This record gives sequence, C-alpha cells and structure tokens, in this order.
Amino acid sequence: MSSSRSSRWGLRFLGIGYLTLLLLAPLVMIFFKTFEDGIGPPLDAITSPDGLHALKLTLIMVAVAVPLNTIFGIGCALLLVRHRWKGNVIIDGIINLPFAISPIVIGLSLFLLYGANGWFGPALADVGFKVLFSIPGMILASVFVSLPFVVREVVPVLQEIGTDQEQAASTLGANAWQTFWRITLPAIRWGVAYGMVLTTARVLGEFGAVTIVSGSISGKTQTLPLFVAKQFEGFNFAGAYGASLLLAVLALSTLLAMNLLKRKEA
Amino acid sequence: MGITVEGANKRFGDFQALKDVSISVPDGSLTALLGPSGSGKSTLLRAIAGLEDLDAGRVMINDEDATAKPAQKRGVGFVFQHYAAFKHMTVFENVGFGLKIRKWKKPEISDRVHELLRLVQLDGLAGRFPSQLSGGQRQRMALARALAVQPQVLLLDEPFGALDAKVRKDLRTWLRHLHEEMHVTTIFVTHDQEEAMDVAEQLVVMNNGQVEQSGSADDLYENPANEFVMSFVGEVNRLGDSFVRPHDMEVVLDADERTQEGMVQRIVALGFEIRVEFVLADGTEIWAQLTRPELQRLELEEGQIAYLRPAQAKSFNGSSPSETIGASTPHGSPDEGDAEKPAAV
Amino acid sequence: MEAHAAHPAAAPRAGIRLPGVGAGLGRGTILLYLSVIVLLPLAAVASKAFDNGLDAFWTAVTAPQAVAALELTFIASLIVVVINAFFGTIIAWVLVRDEFPGKPIINAVIDLPFALPTIVAGLTLLALYGADSPFGLDVFTTRVGVVMALLFVTLPFVVRAVQPLLLEMDREMEAAAASLGARGFTIFRRIIFPNLLPGLAAGVALAFARALGEFGSLALIAIAFKTEVASVYIRSLVESGNESGAAAVSVVLLGASLLLLASITLVQRWGSRHDRGGNTGLTVMPMSGEDFTKDQETDDE
Repeated sequence: MSSSRSSRWGLRFLGIGYLTLLLLAPLVMIFFKTFEDGIGPPLDAITSPDGLHALKLTLIMVAVAVPLNTIFGIGCALLLVRHRWKGNVIIDGIINLPFAISPIVIGLSLFLLYGANGWFGPALADVGFKVLFSIPGMILASVFVSLPFVVREVVPVLQEIGTDQEQAASTLGANAWQTFWRITLPAIRWGVAYGMVLTTARVLGEFGAVTIVSGSISGKTQTLPLFVAKQFEGFNFAGAYGASLLLAVLALSTLLAMNLLKRKEA
Repeated sequence: MGITVEGANKRFGDFQALKDVSISVPDGSLTALLGPSGSGKSTLLRAIAGLEDLDAGRVMINDEDATAKPAQKRGVGFVFQHYAAFKHMTVFENVGFGLKIRKWKKPEISDRVHELLRLVQLDGLAGRFPSQLSGGQRQRMALARALAVQPQVLLLDEPFGALDAKVRKDLRTWLRHLHEEMHVTTIFVTHDQEEAMDVAEQLVVMNNGQVEQSGSADDLYENPANEFVMSFVGEVNRLGDSFVRPHDMEVVLDADERTQEGMVQRIVALGFEIRVEFVLADGTEIWAQLTRPELQRLELEEGQIAYLRPAQAKSFNGSSPSETIGASTPHGSPDEGDAEKPAAV
Repeated sequence: MEAHAAHPAAAPRAGIRLPGVGAGLGRGTILLYLSVIVLLPLAAVASKAFDNGLDAFWTAVTAPQAVAALELTFIASLIVVVINAFFGTIIAWVLVRDEFPGKPIINAVIDLPFALPTIVAGLTLLALYGADSPFGLDVFTTRVGVVMALLFVTLPFVVRAVQPLLLEMDREMEAAAASLGARGFTIFRRIIFPNLLPGLAAGVALAFARALGEFGSLALIAIAFKTEVASVYIRSLVESGNESGAAAVSVVLLGASLLLLASITLVQRWGSRHDRGGNTGLTVMPMSGEDFTKDQETDDE
C-alpha cells in the first residue's frame, strides 16, 4: 500500500507534534526551571541533609526492591512458562494487579495491614518491628508497585527460546540447576536486564504508595519524590526543581538503558 | 492481446533485480516464470501486477499501457506464496472481498462466492476462518478470491511453495484443469522446473534479472540456449566443454575410440529409472540414467569398470550453442547450425 | 539422560523442569510471596470498606466530595484514553511504517512517561502550562490540567500495544486487498484496523486503569470538587483518619481495575483466536523490550 506524500507528512506532523507538546516540552522545561536562579539554590537543596538523606533512602529502596523482584520474577516466569498448571492464570492475574491499582490504594492497603489498628500491626509492634512510618513499610510498598516488570519481560523470552536447548543440556547430563545457570539464564539475560531497568525506574519514581506508608517525615522517611513534593509545598521551588532534575537525570539514564537493552534483545 | 513487458528495469538499493527484461505472454495461455532465487521472477510478476513500480520499461495488459496504473485498476488477480489470507475474515468474506469493494449486492455476492467455492472444492467451509484450514485449502481459497472479480489476468507467485510435496502435485494438476476450464491468461512463478514443465504451455527461464530463454518445455529441453538453461531445465553432466543429459549417456562394456573409461561408484534405484554414478579416469563424476532392463543386461556392479559414450551432447562455445551427435567423429566437432537466440520470443 | 527416564510424562517440556516436589514447592513459595505482598493488603482494604456495614460503605461512596472525585476521575480518564487511542495509533504507524532521521530517538522518548517519576511530570506540566507558564497559558490548575497530566502518563500504553501488531502484520494482506481493488483508506479500515484492534483494546484498557489510579502528577494541583481526583481524595481521607471511608472509595477503584484487567485478558484471547498457534493464556503487557521499529522486509526475487 503506497501512501501519498501529503498523507505521510500529515501523519508525521500529527504524531511528532503531539509528542513534542506532551513529552519533549516538559523535559526541556525541567532544565530551565531548575537553573532559573543559577545553580546555587538547587544545589543547596539537594546537598542539604534532608536532600541527601532523601537520595540515600531512594537508593536503598532500589537496592532492596529490585533484587527481590528480580529473583521472584525469574522464578515465577519459569514456573508459568515451563509448567502447565490450571492455577497459572490466577497467578498471572495477580501479577498484573500492580499495573492497574492506584498507588494510593496500595499505600492504603499496607497502612491498613500494618497500622496500629491493622491486622498485623499490633502483633509486629509487640515484637518491636515497626513497618509503617519507617523503612520496612516503604520497601513493601516499593516491592508491591514494581512486582510485575521482571516477570512480564522474562515470560515472552522464555516462551520464544523454547525448551530445545534445555532438553539438549539434560541429555548431556546437566541437572536442573546447571541447566538453569548455564543455559536458561544466559538466554534470558537481556529480558531480565530490561525488566530490572523497568523495576528500577518504577521504584525510583514511586510516590503515592510511599507517601501514605511513610508519612513523609523529613530526614527520616522521605524519599526523593516525597522530598520534591515537600519542597514544593513549602514554596522552596529551587529545591523542588533541583531534586526533580536529579530524578529526571536518573530517569533519562534508565530510559537510555532501556533503549540500549531493547536493541540487545532484538 | 495478452501481456507484454518491454525493457523492464528495477533496482532495490544496490541490487539490480530486473535488467532490461522483455517478455510476451499470449492471451489465454498458461506461462511459467522459472528461475532460481534472486533471478527477478517474483519482481517481474509483481511489476505486472502493479505491486512494484518499474524504474524503466512498459507493461501492456491486453493492448493497453498499464504501466502507470495502480494495482487496483489493472484487473489482475494475484495469488501469494503465503496465501495473504485476511485472517480476521471467514472464507466467505475473503472470497467476497473484491465484490464487496465493488459494491455488489448481498445475494449476488453470495451466489458468486458459492459458485467459486464449488469450483475450488471448498463448499461447506464458507464459515471457517483461514486459521482453521490446511495450507492447500488456504491456497485454493486465495485462488477463488482472486478469480471472484473476474480478472483479465491471473498471477501466481510460487503458489505451491509453502505446501507439502503431495499437496503441491495435486494442486498443480488442479491448476492446469482450472486453466483449461477458464482460459484466463495466467502467469505463475516457480523455481521448480518439474512443476513448470508439468503445468505451463510456455516457460520463461530467468537468471540474474534477465531472461535466458523462453519457449515450450520441449524447446527448452531439447534446444537450450546456454549452459544455464540446459542445467536448470533437466539434469546435466559436464564433460569438458560439453554437456550431456544422463539419459543420453550410453554405457557399454567394451571400449572403443569414442568411449571414456569410468568406474561404477554407486547404483541407486529410483523406481523405474536407475541412476548409475561413475567416476572417470580424470576424477570427473558423472551419472547415467538407465532403465531396469538396461541395467540387468549390463549386469553392472559397484567398483566395476565400464565405458561411457554420449549419444548426444551440447556445447555452448562463444555465443552460439552447438550440438554434437554421438554418431559424428570425436575429433573436431563441427559447429551445427543450431544457433538459438538466448533472448525473449 | 536420567532426567528424561525418570519423568516420561514430562518429556515434551522437560529441561529445567523441576521434579514434582520442586514445582510444588516453587508454586507454594510464589503464592506465599504474592499473598503477603499483594493479596493480603488488598483483602485488608476490602474488609475495612465494609467494617461498619453496607450502609456506611454506601454513605462514604455517595458523599458529595466522593462523587465529584469519582466522576472527574472516570470522565477525565475516558477522554484521555480516547485521545491517546487516536494519537497513539498514529505514532505507532509513523514509527513502524515510516523512515526519517531521528526515528530511534523519538521511539525512545515514547517511554519517558514510564521512566519519569510522576511527581516530576506534575511539576513540569505545572511549570509549562500553569500559573507561571512561558506560553501564557494558565490551564494546568483546571480540569484541562488533569486531562493533560493523564495524557502524559498514559501515552506509551497504546503506542506500545499497537506497534508489535503493526510489525507482525502480514503486509501481503494489504497487497492482496490492493490487487482486489481496494484503495488506501479502505485497506486501512477493512484490513489493517481489524488486525490492530486487539492490541488497541488492550492498550486502551491498560491506559484507562492507569489513568484511574494516577496520583503523583495530580497531587500538586488538587482543589476539592474541582480538580481533585479519586486518589487524591482517598489520601485526604486517610490523613483525616477516615480509614473506612478511604477503603470504601478504594473499593470502587479496585472494582474498576479488576474489571479492566479481566477485559484485557479476554481481549487478548479474542485477538489471538485467528492465530494458528493459539495462545498460551498468559497476558502480554505492552511494554516489551523488543525494538518495534524495524519493519519486515518482504522477500524480493
């Protein structure tokens, strides 16, 4: 089907024009706004104790949530693809839930479970384990919201490579673990990597669930996104934009990683 | 009438797919475009259909210049190697598609579709989806779909390429019968010379974007214009500059001044014909095609020495092919006047 | 060799298949993980919503502010999804069927909403189209702003859902339609679009679910009864201690989410009904790591 030149340019204009307005302009804006009054104010805000703590906390979230969900993701994908079971559809459905549920609802759910009047809250408090308004709760929230990514990326890869190589390894004497480590894992590594990058991006940017679960206590339970919000509400715009820029840079890095990995997987 | 292509040229990037190709297809005939991968045959077919634009050249369909016309307006029916079935539509909707576009009324569409489904022996499957059909059935559906709009020309691009050998043979015969009934000018592309020779009235052999020779199956077999055509259309042994068909290879038990010595390497029975593989003194490997009675008479065995003599041979020195008949003396083969022009008819 | 001999029934899918016990254990662990992380918390919400009985639930959900928030959320999400279905398809088309310099960059940029924290998105949209806007537009603190933010966060869903379908499509169907007399728009309407529909529907459903739950980009502009979406309202309820009220409204959103997820799975089954291989029953979320800009080349002979 040949399209006329005018229709091709028309489509390009519409598509790319829309993208520019919606995506590119905001991106450019962050840079401008941050350095509106020079590099001083944003730098001060980020390097303040609260700012640094927020950065540290965000990185801790990533450092814990990503490995957890990666291991879970690989295991779950293997289970779903290599073992037929009627309940797989249910597992599949549950895994999709974090895509469709509001982060606020997720935060609320954790709040209800581990709060002072919650199902587990009192019991855990007796043991001295505080979930809400402290790091464990925030980790739970991060793990919840970023649950599906590794599974969803690894499943199609596993389906595509099929079992031939694994069966060959079996016939050559490899046991399950050896086959997994030497054959399966290398075959799915780009899918895993891409899933990890998506997970990281999601955890970095998580806002709604962590807001409720952490109480956003400055210097204690405030991640970088929460820091941005607090700064904004306190009219410290330079600080808000500075931290936003930092987050945007991290986001762009993950975007870059995503795209490099896409090519690797092809 | 019929189809004429004059001076067709087409390149894809660095690759010249068609180099000044000209062919002529008589009205109502069944022609095969035969050649290996990359020969340009599919490109030529698609150019006739209007699915590719030529860089230079003309396409005439029934005495009208169709070169500038888009595919929609050329009145060609096209059948694709991988069926190109509209997978989201039923068989009925597929076959009726062209009619629906032409705004036929529902009852008329229904009549015509059912008529065609009967023709291609797919009645009763009208409500199925392509994914529920076998490859052969899908291709028959594709044929019905192309014929529904009564095209002036029917073009088939390796129509049986994706099918099993048995199905291929069946559909081949069936296509020939269909053509006998409908007499639509038909061109089909294939790389299978047996298929081409079985089905087509006229063969156009292509290689490297050019037409090597065109003619009937007999013409091409008996009087190939060059080495390529000879080895593509039929089996060939190479003896120095000469080319000998295996069935022209005589095997005798006594040497004479016209024979060469060879040792039997392998004897393979392929039904009625026997293939006897020899290796000559200079290491050349050739094979002769014998019948069972001949083999029994000679009582050949592996490892045995026998003597080979070509009953007929062809050589293509310079531009004119020449033929050596075994009866003439082996020294100084005279150039016969069998100069064939290796170009289009 | 032993693995095969010991598990003949498993042979066709053998390989790293764990022995019977292993699979069961794996399943158990996974279900446990999922329960602790996902199911139990959600159960807590459902339970709390009806803590004080059905009447209390109903009161919470029909409170004027709740109704306003829910209405705004659903209507804005609907509008956004329709707009992005349109533009998303165009963008997917341009990315798959067109060639121009800078295409890889544009393709990469599509994923920006996936990667950018929502709070940052909200902040910059506010800067661009809010009170201090360089364009002089002050729309972001109105309902238009809500729509804009949702457009931003849901853009990739439709694009990434349609791209693979466009790529996979048998181009020869279009050539066949052309040879049968169909022209440009007819070919799109009757051949291309029906084959894109499953992806489009799944992308739309996912985008809709995302839009319903969006919080970060809208948190800064919320004004009750005007630009307060459901998620923001729920937060305000939590902050004021009305946990059961928050749970009640959450249940409404949860219900919508579950419906949408179910519809995505159904749409995908329906979409692959014509595929020869059938489907595996596992949903495919449109954010795969494949590079969907390389269009197939047809064989030229």
